[in-house]
Amino acid sequence: MFGFSEEEIRRYSRHIILPEVGGRGQKKLRESRVLVVGAGGLGSPVAMYLAAAGIGTLGLVDMDRVELSNLQRQLLHTTADAGELKVESARRRLAALNSQLRLELHPVRLGADNVASLISGYDVVVDGVDNFPARYLLNDACVLAGKPLVEGGLLRFHGMAMTIVPGSGPCYRCVFPEPPPPGAVPSCSEAGVIGAAAGIIGTVQATEAIKVLLGIGRPLVGRVLTVDVLEGTYRTVEWGKNPRCPVCGEHPTITSLRELAEYDLACDLPGAGTRAP
Amino acid sequence: MFTEEQIRRYSRHILLPEVGGAGQRRLLAARVLLLGAGGLGSPTAYYLAAAGVGTLGICDPDVVDLSNLQRQILHAEADLGRPKVDSAAEKLRALNPDVRVVCHRTGIDRGNALDLLADYDLVVDGTDNFATRYLVADACHLAGKPLVHGSIFRFEGQVTVFLPGEGPCYRCLYPEPPPAGLVPSCQEAGVLGVLPGIIGTVQAAEAIKLLLGIGRPLVGRLLTYDALEMDFHTLAVHRDPACSLCGDTPSITALGEYGFSCEVGACPTA
Amino acid sequence: MKADRELDLKGEICPYTFVKSKLALEEIAVGEVLRVVVDYPPAVENVPRSMENEGNEVLSVQPIGPSQWEIMVRKVG
Ligand SMILES: [Zn+2]
Ligand SMILES: [Zn+2]
Repeated sequence: MFGFSEEEIRRYSRHIILPEVGGRGQKKLRESRVLVVGAGGLGSPVAMYLAAAGIGTLGLVDMDRVELSNLQRQLLHTTADAGELKVESARRRLAALNSQLRLELHPVRLGADNVASLISGYDVVVDGVDNFPARYLLNDACVLAGKPLVEGGLLRFHGMAMTIVPGSGPCYRCVFPEPPPPGAVPSCSEAGVIGAAAGIIGTVQATEAIKVLLGIGRPLVGRVLTVDVLEGTYRTVEWGKNPRCPVCGEHPTITSLRELAEYDLACDLPGAGTRAP
Repeated sequence: MFTEEQIRRYSRHILLPEVGGAGQRRLLAARVLLLGAGGLGSPTAYYLAAAGVGTLGICDPDVVDLSNLQRQILHAEADLGRPKVDSAAEKLRALNPDVRVVCHRTGIDRGNALDLLADYDLVVDGTDNFATRYLVADACHLAGKPLVHGSIFRFEGQVTVFLPGEGPCYRCLYPEPPPAGLVPSCQEAGVLGVLPGIIGTVQAAEAIKLLLGIGRPLVGRLLTYDALEMDFHTLAVHRDPACSLCGDTPSITALGEYGFSCEVGACPTA
Repeated sequence: MKADRELDLKGEICPYTFVKSKLALEEIAVGEVLRVVVDYPPAVENVPRSMENEGNEVLSVQPIGPSQWEIMVRKVG
């Protein structure tokens, strides 16, 4: 049935029962390819829940190594993994969760020179990066490539998420036109964060990725979810496209990946494992 | 005093004015009981252990089944057939050796409930059936323990916090269990795998707020979530003076009978 | 009545009885009939009810032997 093994039927039975997923949807998930950029605070729950859900192929981009300070929120890694490449530590954990999962590890720094080729083989991209230059770069590259992007960001007790489907809603620049000037936001190493906040945003991102892949429900396209964990407030705000958006507006000024080179400056803080996740 | 390793491990908390060194010490001294190491309990346990909650009690009678792995990220393929509490303890210790994991390989029932709760500051409910939820709500109220409630169904979930003496209790929301003998249909077992991930993580966040005494916990507020619509709503809920458990003249003063239970294999498992 | 597809679920328990029935229903065409045989007593009530909840037409449920039942269901669009 749909080419499922007996083991797959049991493993995914809770999905197959759902009318919105079913055997057809589960098969779609198995054929899907998702790229998760960042194996940190956001990337951990995203990757683990997508692996558990039966996504066929998961790409993981991260060049950092596991640090003790990551373990307060990054569930993919353990104490024994300290010093190891995050993608390697992630591979062990994800393979243990689901041996059927095909993993594609990209231990590279996301840059203007490689972003287009990194995202090209995937159906959906999930942003788990930890700095603004990388976030804008990913947004621009996905808009130019017409690739759905599930955005997520964190600061202290606050989080946001939105889903960008180029052509049918705003992009990250429509909502936040320019990166904040350096120094305006707390530097990477200054920003504390509550681990569960990363978990909430990351699990929302995993949900959105699954909805986009299956074409079910109402994804966060044209809406921005904001979460204040301390206050316990969870809100979605409608948000339209900005006609003057430099990348997805009527007269875009960002039209080629070459112009993304400015982002190569990147976050100059050690580990870059920071502001966002 | 923190060790050098702890300073690094908890640096992101120590940097937060709302947590700081004092808050981190409170977390390390805290004792939390998790009921259920399944869909809800997996992320709750993981995030509380990562945060450095010093003692985590995990109560679950089940063994890991293949159908759990679609959402219960504490468990892996190698754990199939193993008690969930053992599988959970192994993962949590690997994540954070500061955490003392106490395994209670049992279900919670009227005979053991009050003893189980006695050693803990706070309870997080990740159980999967109505009978247990009423028992847990009654026991926590009678023992004066804060309870972080969570539940899921297909694409929807809810979270709230019950603080005895402040705000409503579970019976203020749902005065009576559904009629006994109501067999759930197979379809009710359906659940989007990542749904308990969100609800369990929100429960972990609420537990941390309560332990630290920061922010505004979801007391008297019921957070409802719809994953398909990606909509959250907060409903105000009030204490019912006529409530049989927390009302002005309560009729429930001891743990009673919680008649029906869920049939294995046919019940919605969080 | 002749079924377009048959599913022998003897030895299978809930919820897998319904999981497998659902997979088969997804695969057959609208209007076609699926015959399911079960021997797990709760499934006799459970599976037809779940099929109906999904909008399908349960044509019959009847015992066909000691602790064996046959469920006939027509897929509705
Ligand atoms: Zn735009
Ligand atoms: Zn009450």
